[in-house]
Amino acid sequence: MSYCRQEGKDRIIFVTKEDHEAPSNAELIAEDPHDPYEEQGLILPDGAINWNCPCLGGMASGPCGAQFKEAFSCFHYSKEEVKGSECIDHFRNMQECMQRYPELYPQEEDKESSNQPEANSASDSTEGTASSSQTDSVPLSSPTDSQTTS
Amino acid sequence: MLKCRTVWRKLAPLARASSTLCRQNVRRTGLHNARLPAHVPGAHMATGPGGGGRENQLYVLLVGATCLGGAIYAYRTVKGDQQRYDERIAEIASRPHRRTQQATTSVQIETPAAETVETESVPESEPQATPSSEEPSPVVPDAETADSSEAPEPIQAEGLTTEQPSPALPPHAPYLLIGGGTASFAAARSIRARDPGARVLIVTDEPDLPYMRPPLSKELWFSDDPAVTETLRFKQWNGKERSIYFQPPSFYITPEELSTAENGGVAVLTSKKVVHMDVRGNKVKLDDDTEISYDKCLIATGGIPRNLQVIDRAGDEVKQKTTLFRKIDDFRTLDKVSRNIKSITVIGGGFLGSELACALGRRSQDSGLEVIQMFPEKGNMGKVLPEYLSNWTTEKVKTEGVKVIPEALVKSVTCKDDQLEIKLKDGRLIKTDHVVAAVGLEPNVDLAKSAGLEVDSDFGGYRVNAELQARSNIWVAGDAACFYDIRLGRRRVEHHDHAVVSGRLAGENMTGANKPYWHQSMFWSDLGPDVGYEAIGIVDSSLPTVGVFAKATAKDTPKAATEESGTGIRSESETEDVASSPVASSIPAPAETHKDDYGKGVIFYLRDKVVVGIILWNVFNRMPIARKIIKDGEEHGDLNEVAKLFNIHED
Repeated sequence: MSYCRQEGKDRIIFVTKEDHEAPSNAELIAEDPHDPYEEQGLILPDGAINWNCPCLGGMASGPCGAQFKEAFSCFHYSKEEVKGSECIDHFRNMQECMQRYPELYPQEEDKESSNQPEANSASDSTEGTASSSQTDSVPLSSPTDSQTTS
Repeated sequence: MLKCRTVWRKLAPLARASSTLCRQNVRRTGLHNARLPAHVPGAHMATGPGGGGRENQLYVLLVGATCLGGAIYAYRTVKGDQQRYDERIAEIASRPHRRTQQATTSVQIETPAAETVETESVPESEPQATPSSEEPSPVVPDAETADSSEAPEPIQAEGLTTEQPSPALPPHAPYLLIGGGTASFAAARSIRARDPGARVLIVTDEPDLPYMRPPLSKELWFSDDPAVTETLRFKQWNGKERSIYFQPPSFYITPEELSTAENGGVAVLTSKKVVHMDVRGNKVKLDDDTEISYDKCLIATGGIPRNLQVIDRAGDEVKQKTTLFRKIDDFRTLDKVSRNIKSITVIGGGFLGSELACALGRRSQDSGLEVIQMFPEKGNMGKVLPEYLSNWTTEKVKTEGVKVIPEALVKSVTCKDDQLEIKLKDGRLIKTDHVVAAVGLEPNVDLAKSAGLEVDSDFGGYRVNAELQARSNIWVAGDAACFYDIRLGRRRVEHHDHAVVSGRLAGENMTGANKPYWHQSMFWSDLGPDVGYEAIGIVDSSLPTVGVFAKATAKDTPKAATEESGTGIRSESETEDVASSPVASSIPAPAETHKDDYGKGVIFYLRDKVVVGIILWNVFNRMPIARKIIKDGEEHGDLNEVAKLFNIHED
């Protein structure tokens, strides 16, 4: 049973697991997916790429940002059977650029072969460090809820 | 106008008197008989009929001579000014490499429009053109400056700048970010993401590249690496190592490359302070007299740690044994000092004070260092947590090895026998070797005066609107911004995540997004590895609160949370998309007395029955729900029902 106590202006409630088993009847306002104020995920409602998505880490803003944007845009809009097959040149450019900054883009063979940009989990902007940037094979469907870090 | 009239009125009798005197003198020289002035009609015109032509002639001569004299004087002065000006220009041109200390920096003369015409004729490539003659760079400061400021020729400083030997710092930066901290870096990244090829210049008075502050009072202290003060790398709970710097140096380009880099980039100008901002001219001046103009500017100057008045006035001996903690250097100093002394005292019971006390307390387990923490409140985080929780927290801090002295008001600090003696108002005397003052942050609004920006009197900081804009082309983000939060009202927030969120938003708005502050930032704090919380919104202990608690199991600690989500820093876990799904606890919460055990739960802060703040106490990865509740801003009848949304019994 829950147990309640009041200390001045502060109320304290202790609840057991059973107390919280029944679903909540608190009402939350429905989300508007097209709310322009909200933080957007990787893909904007109109289909464009949100380069400012925290999930991209610093990929779009670093020294190889231009090459990355070209490559990923090409891939994103590609309608080929094998998605992105016509974008090989762009990806090659990107790779060449990244090789010039090994500190920022750690060179690991299996990662480079992946055509997907890194869904950089260490998105608190520290790709430059040793092991924090790991390419997840997690699809890039971005979290729809808010991302706090850039 | 009135002034003119009154002056004229005053002069008129004088004029009349002098003309009367003139006439009297003329008459007395014997042109009349001895008739005295009584007979002289008052309104007699000097050139009236009668009275003989000669005194008229004399009078005309007198007036004429005066006019001529005046004209000659005026001509001479103007000529002299012109000459002086020419001389000065010649002199300046002959010594282009000398930069003398300017004495006239403080002179702020608004240029009349006439002078700007001349400046504009100078080619645009010299954006350092100054319209007014108060241009302080190598101008000989002397008495003449006062004169020359009135002379219609502005000092043509443009000629100078091309000959300056300083490294080719960019004279113009499309995006200028003042301050090199978290907010600034977040803005730089945002700008680069949205404006392809953007050229961003960060100017910071610190010698370091942008870095994150939270580890300075948390993770870096728990590192086993003896070289941590050099590398500034730390290992997180999950084993991943990272540096506190947001990016390594290779991410940035040099300021000299900024104008020419093909795809733009972010350049950081370190150890340079912006001392003056010219909003009309869209440019700033650095402490070495360089001027940089901008299209869009962000002020992210953060703040400087406050000090206790008693320490400020106590003299150098005391100040040398005091640390104000904010920057990397402070961390290095404190680390070194804490290894060599026997006793250290932290003054301040808020986030920074408590975190440092816990960090030092942990260290004290090995080294035998005595760690004392004192503050005026009744318990740690007394201004944030409701009293019962603050007391509970204080007990936890004590178990970390800290001697906590609550309700301590410092009356004086003196240095005796190479030790510090802290005297409290209630008479207690504490002897210690070193003091760390963590008593708040003073937002840095140095540029407000020169830029003409408003400073908020309630919260401090630059006053900006909901879109973080102070004026056209000027935005403010981070600790220094007092902004309008659409949901929670005007506020100023001093947390890391807010710096990131507001920096990003400012960057977006600088590139045309026009979005208000909407995504609510969060903050977190750990008090040792076993107690941690995340919070969002307005978390002020003076508000009425409702806390809903369950008993904590071993799985509910910050350590467990980060291990599970595979992240190292708390705010990151939000972007993980919940990498690992929460596992339902198979251990039933033991039915125990709940008396004073606030293991884990949710605390709601209410303002007029609306939830404006939420603390997740030892409950992690649920921030999105908390954010949603605050965003809705609804009145909820039963907060227990709202608490159910958090599933506090689950992991």
